[in-house]
Amino acid sequence: MAGDQELKLLGLWGSPFVMRARIALNLKGVGYEFLEEVLGTKSELLLKSNPVYKKIPVLIHNGKPICESMIIVQYIDEVWATAGPSILPSDPYDRAIARFWAVYIDDKLFPSLRKIVLANADDEETAEAADQVIAGLQLLEEAFEKFSKGKDFFGGESVGCIDIALGCYVGWIKAAEKMAGVKLLDKEKLPLLMGWAERFCSADAVKELMPEVDKLVELGKVLRARLNAAATK
Amino acid sequence: MATAAEKEGVVLLDFWVSPFGQRCRIALAEKGVEYEYKEENLSDKSPLLLKMNPIHKKIPVLIHHGKPICESLVIVQYIDEVWSNNPLLPSDPYERAKARFWADFVDKKVYECGTRLWKLKGEAHEEARKDMIEILKLLEGELGDKKYFGGETFGFVDVAVAPFTAWFYTYETCGKFSVDEECPKLAAWAKRCKERESVSKSVHDPHKVYEFVGKLKKKFGLE
Repeated sequence: MAGDQELKLLGLWGSPFVMRARIALNLKGVGYEFLEEVLGTKSELLLKSNPVYKKIPVLIHNGKPICESMIIVQYIDEVWATAGPSILPSDPYDRAIARFWAVYIDDKLFPSLRKIVLANADDEETAEAADQVIAGLQLLEEAFEKFSKGKDFFGGESVGCIDIALGCYVGWIKAAEKMAGVKLLDKEKLPLLMGWAERFCSADAVKELMPEVDKLVELGKVLRARLNAAATK
Repeated sequence: MATAAEKEGVVLLDFWVSPFGQRCRIALAEKGVEYEYKEENLSDKSPLLLKMNPIHKKIPVLIHHGKPICESLVIVQYIDEVWSNNPLLPSDPYERAKARFWADFVDKKVYECGTRLWKLKGEAHEEARKDMIEILKLLEGELGDKKYFGGETFGFVDVAVAPFTAWFYTYETCGKFSVDEECPKLAAWAKRCKERESVSKSVHDPHKVYEFVGKLKKKFGLE
């Protein structure tokens, strides 16, 4: 397998988007070389592979770059279609639903989560952002009930598209709770999602990739400081 | 006796000038799918729209045999998968990833920048102008010397970008630049798209778009 094709992943520790690609590769049992970028700098290879956004993750397969985390996940699912479980469902309608939620998670949930992590402690926006995250998670709680059909994951018996799209944020949701002193994943309000989160974090393809929450809090503080420094310049 | 549209069971909730809705119309036309078009009044949304897209309450929504699909690029991929004639996405996974990337690029950049271009003034307007030219040049770079973004055949990225060609006139007028001059290959591609029936029947006259934006500007007190 190693001799067959060259597979590299450009990433950064702590990035939920990079985690998505790594989970997908793990699900398919595919080996790859992980090239860690340095926070605050961008390697030549990154700039060359993703000239449009200059962002990680970038999957480089036999020299050809694929960018954008959910596009990478779908690519992995298609290239290694016969290896491991299917990440996207087979039915076109179910696929459309999975894609819809992936878009929702990134367009609506992520910006609010990011605000909580990066906002300063006394920011009014934090409370509003927390409400938005909770509202979003509430919708996902209902979606989970509908799609899991009593099974472990959004994807049914195995980790699927929505699991990957949302699951990569679990660490950061917990970090945001600590940083802002807000409760986002409330067992009483989101019982199904809490159970799902535990199962997701212990899944074979995920467990070694789950970052420690305290380390994410440290990283969050670094990112917040950098943002504040840039704002005052 | 059921009409062809009723047999297919396809309904599209849409708004005439929406480039996102037009993507769906173009895709359905490329596949030769009969459907029922329902024009929404966005200041008075129908109960059907609110029921079919409760989360965003936005058009377009494709309803197939009673089940809703939302988000224009998700809808176009659904159409491509259900009706397999005239495939819009290429069959090779790498080419598919590239197509998805560029369609997503259009979503991230074009509409937002266009809005800044007609809404803002002064330095912010100048920045929007610069950004728009850069965005169009990046698209032109991807198009290269190909007939379409999809190569010889009209594909997924073409569907994603084509509706915005009707907005070029508005962007040019608000930004005081010419797509013909800045991006001649893209301008030529836009002409080729207009010659396709699926596009000419779905996309409105650029002057109508400009008029629409004019009304929006008045509404926002910008004129």
